[in-house]
Amino acid sequence: MSTENEAGLLQPEALARAVKDAAAAVEAAANLDELAAAKSAVLGDKSPVSLARRAIGSIPGPERGEAGRNVNAARAEITAVYEAREEILKAAEAARILREETVDVTARTPRRRQGARHPINVQMDRIADLFVAMGYQIGEGPEVELEWFNFDALNIHPDHPARTMMDTFHIADGTGGYGSNMVLRTHTSTVQIHTMLTQEPPIYTVAPGRVYRTDEVDATHSPVFHQTEGLVVDKGITMADLKGTLDHFAKSVFGPDAKTRLRPSYFPFTEPSAEVDVWFAAHKDGARWIEWGGCGMVNPRVLRACGIDPDVYSGFAFGMGVERALMLRHGITDLRDIIDGDVRFPAGLRVEE
Amino acid sequence: MRIPVSWLAEYAALPADLTTEALDAALVECGLEVEEVDDLRGRVTGPLVVGRVAAIEELTEFKKPIRHCQVEVGEAEPRSIICGARNFAEGDLVVVALPGAELPGGFTIGSRKTYGRLSDGMICSARELGVSDDHEGIIVLPAGTVGEDARPLVGLDDVVFELAITPDMGYCFSVRGIAREVAHRLGVAFTDPAAKAAEPKATEHPPYPVRVETDGCTRFTLREVRDVDANAESPEWMAKRLVQAGMRPLGLAVDVTNYLMLELGHPLHAFDRDALQDVLVVRRARPGETLKTLDDVERRLDPEDMVICDATGPLSLAGVMGGLTSEVVPGTRNVLIEAAHWDPTSIARTSRRHKLTSEASKRYERGADAGITLLAAQRAADLLVEYGGGTLVDEVADVDRREPAAPVALPVDLPSRTVGVDYDRATVVAMLEAAGCTVEGGDVLSVTPASWRPDLTDPADLVEEVVRLHGYAHVPSATPRAIAGTGLTPAQRRRRRVARALADNGFTETYTFPFVSRERADELGLDAKDPQREAVAVLNPLDDAAPLLRTTVLASLVNAVRLNLARGAKDLAVFEEGLVFQPAEGWTELETVALPVSKRPADEAIAAAIRRLPVQPRHVAAVLCGQAVPAGVDAPGRAVDWADAVEAAEIAAAAAGVRLEAAQGEAAPWHPGRCAELRVDGAVVGHAGELHPEVCERLGLPRRTAAMELDLTALPLPDLAPAPVVSHFPATLIDVAVVVAESVPAGQVEAALREGAGELLESLRLFDVYRDAKLGEGRKSLAFKLELRAADRTLTNEEGVAVRDAAVAVAAERFGAGLRE
Repeated sequence: MSTENEAGLLQPEALARAVKDAAAAVEAAANLDELAAAKSAVLGDKSPVSLARRAIGSIPGPERGEAGRNVNAARAEITAVYEAREEILKAAEAARILREETVDVTARTPRRRQGARHPINVQMDRIADLFVAMGYQIGEGPEVELEWFNFDALNIHPDHPARTMMDTFHIADGTGGYGSNMVLRTHTSTVQIHTMLTQEPPIYTVAPGRVYRTDEVDATHSPVFHQTEGLVVDKGITMADLKGTLDHFAKSVFGPDAKTRLRPSYFPFTEPSAEVDVWFAAHKDGARWIEWGGCGMVNPRVLRACGIDPDVYSGFAFGMGVERALMLRHGITDLRDIIDGDVRFPAGLRVEE
Repeated sequence: MRIPVSWLAEYAALPADLTTEALDAALVECGLEVEEVDDLRGRVTGPLVVGRVAAIEELTEFKKPIRHCQVEVGEAEPRSIICGARNFAEGDLVVVALPGAELPGGFTIGSRKTYGRLSDGMICSARELGVSDDHEGIIVLPAGTVGEDARPLVGLDDVVFELAITPDMGYCFSVRGIAREVAHRLGVAFTDPAAKAAEPKATEHPPYPVRVETDGCTRFTLREVRDVDANAESPEWMAKRLVQAGMRPLGLAVDVTNYLMLELGHPLHAFDRDALQDVLVVRRARPGETLKTLDDVERRLDPEDMVICDATGPLSLAGVMGGLTSEVVPGTRNVLIEAAHWDPTSIARTSRRHKLTSEASKRYERGADAGITLLAAQRAADLLVEYGGGTLVDEVADVDRREPAAPVALPVDLPSRTVGVDYDRATVVAMLEAAGCTVEGGDVLSVTPASWRPDLTDPADLVEEVVRLHGYAHVPSATPRAIAGTGLTPAQRRRRRVARALADNGFTETYTFPFVSRERADELGLDAKDPQREAVAVLNPLDDAAPLLRTTVLASLVNAVRLNLARGAKDLAVFEEGLVFQPAEGWTELETVALPVSKRPADEAIAAAIRRLPVQPRHVAAVLCGQAVPAGVDAPGRAVDWADAVEAAEIAAAAAGVRLEAAQGEAAPWHPGRCAELRVDGAVVGHAGELHPEVCERLGLPRRTAAMELDLTALPLPDLAPAPVVSHFPATLIDVAVVVAESVPAGQVEAALREGAGELLESLRLFDVYRDAKLGEGRKSLAFKLELRAADRTLTNEEGVAVRDAAVAVAAERFGAGLRE
């Protein structure tokens, strides 16, 4: 190659052509590999602009400044074209990869087992939460009880008709006979006694828990079921306080339209005693009164057995079935669905926690 | 208690326009729970009329004799009706259901051809009308007008309420008591049926010699009727009421005693006087004495049972049931009416002892009215004379040992203070008087309850009467006050966290009945001396095959697993938390401590009494089987193994805020080589692992079923936790592989490394177990990743190596562990 020829590369026309050719080559590159090849042709050592730069030394000194600027401008132009093209091709390539990586997001199998809590326990936790929010404590007691806690202290004497009303599981004594003096608790009212024996008034306690009666399993009965006991002992507690508390409780369990109705009844451990009906607007067969539980003013005899002076303190107590409320709220018609241990029941009935 | 409205209306002046619903509501407001409203008016729909049998044609060509009757029913022509019954004659009045009528059970009467004749209606029996069970023949009416509605004549014009009577309202086991309550509630007049007779005075000589030898008999009265037809048919009105109340008419003497028991609430007994020998003695039974009661059961009497005897021995179980020898029988002419009052507790005990509840015992247990004992006997005698044609004997026996009723002191403001309603004095007095009480006094009332209200003994009982009779509907609703609470206890919060953690980690909560079979211990492979075999037994289990209370949750939780497997589930992960029951040591030797109810028992007495109770810790258990991770589009799935059970225990423990230490364990029902013993601070709190293959086999569980059980009660509540130091310097990562004998547990090597590494160790994790001939026979390589970090600087490589070497040094010292090069 002659110096003449090399100098010719510095001609503006030549540079313009080099830019034009380079742009065409770059645009022609269909992918990043072709663009890399084109880059070496248009910006590499043997490219016209590189040769042109080397030719600068062969021209007279005074002309070198302008020639250099022209070459730089041409190279910058080519570089810009190249970079623009590279950006387009890179974006296309990235898009292609993402396209190729696309999956069917519905073709999926769960990787973890789903668990669930049992609705009865969740229900009892919710009840506890409601009363805790009112300042109550949650009371507890054993499930195998001394008869004194289950009966005597609750004013149910050995010969009281109520002892036959409740169908009690008795614990066998050492020889397998009667006389152990122990039973499976028939009601959570036993917790009233434990609470009053260990705490001084004021007492504000609820005790959700498991109780036992000798009922064969059917659609509405189970030998093992759950109650929520409530006990308040303080100065100046009246039946109106009981009614107000039950109304509040009912709204929490059965919805804002719920209200309660008291009917005279009999429990040895309360006097006066009442059955509680609740107005349940969302009943599946239409709004109606339904039986919910029992309640009353703590019998002074019970207070006395626990060392609390009935002339100073008064109190109320209530006991509500947990299963019944759950069945009503969720339209469950067969209690056996709740108790038989089928995992589909807790899995299928999500009760808010 | 079944009570027809017509009977109620005889003593409570019910308004003519009172609806069934309004009466129902009134009863409920009294505290009388309505179990059923039996509207007899709707039993038969359509035409049911009185007919007269004009002619009977006997048809004999059929298998059984059939009658073709012409029956006048008030129409122009008699109806032709076929009838299979034979207990009637021409001219008799009968009940005819005409075509269009519908009998109970949906049986519609039509006009149709049968036995070759037209049957244009039906002559009815009592059972066909749903009046009673009587199907001996058709009903023959004593009187009636042909063509008129027959319902009133057979008792189908009434409504019968079935009421549940609470134990404190024994007086409402009677029309008398219910009428009194309803009359007050509705504000109408009440007529006392006891006033239908006048109480006679006891005579010098009794109609029959009697000696009362027990204080359990508070009153014993006798009246006698001679030359009476004791088995005469009872008058229609009486029979009808008995049937409506659910009793069978049996004959005049028995019917009269039953009728008066229903009306007055006072039981009565009719003896055949001629069957008695020598003096009647009322006493407690003697050891060894027996009595065959009316239900044909030979009963061995207890010395606490009260009996009425004659020279032959016990005749009746007093207050509960009569005996067979002295009853009114066909041919009885002389009837001795006995009305007595008994100690309620004695009756309750006898009734329970002999598992014998009668209409009489129900009433005596709850307290009958000793004030009308003789009145009741008098009325019975009167009715016998009126309908059985006898002569009333002049002599009257009345052994009366009643104590005068003690007045109860009631502060006049106690009802207001208890209920939250401002009852004025007049209201309090009026309500108590409505309850039959006699009220005297000023600020503190002296209230003497009526003889029929033995339940009113305490001021609180009187408060209930005031609020009940004034109306529970008047009790207002006060806004509950909030008090200074402290929320759930740490143990209660922990219980919730454990359950939620397991649920959130894929376990489904369930609960099982804690009743297990005696064989369960064998099925679980418990050793003969395993303390878990020591169980509390239920005396009266529902299922005789499952009399024991569980000593572990797993013992009953496997039942739920089996149920789900039987219903087709394959992959299961379930848990339960609940109490287990472990007999207190030596409890059978401890004495039963009698605790008082009149005052608070002493703390020592309570503690001594409670010592006999089973220990009842709260456990949590989980069972897994099938696939731990199901096979999916991107993974082959993974079967449950022992490690899943250990992890379940760790999830529970972590939620409880404690760290478990696992060690090789050996306990039933687990696989002896795949059982982790779980400890906290050195104390064993549970086990986890794969179940023993034989246990799976015996319980029908899939092979490789895994399970864990933790004693939640045994887990210590965590102390206040110090905050962790969060270092902002980079970590140094070092892998270390140590070679130890096969018998050395990885967990112990890990513990040694942790100990040796000291404070700079941030985390340590086993990532490979490797065995190779080059390592030597019976040796294994355990590879761990150590993450080291200092709080205040970046560790140098030299420091890192020093920590590693210190860690390995402890393992080397303990287990001869060598660094694998």
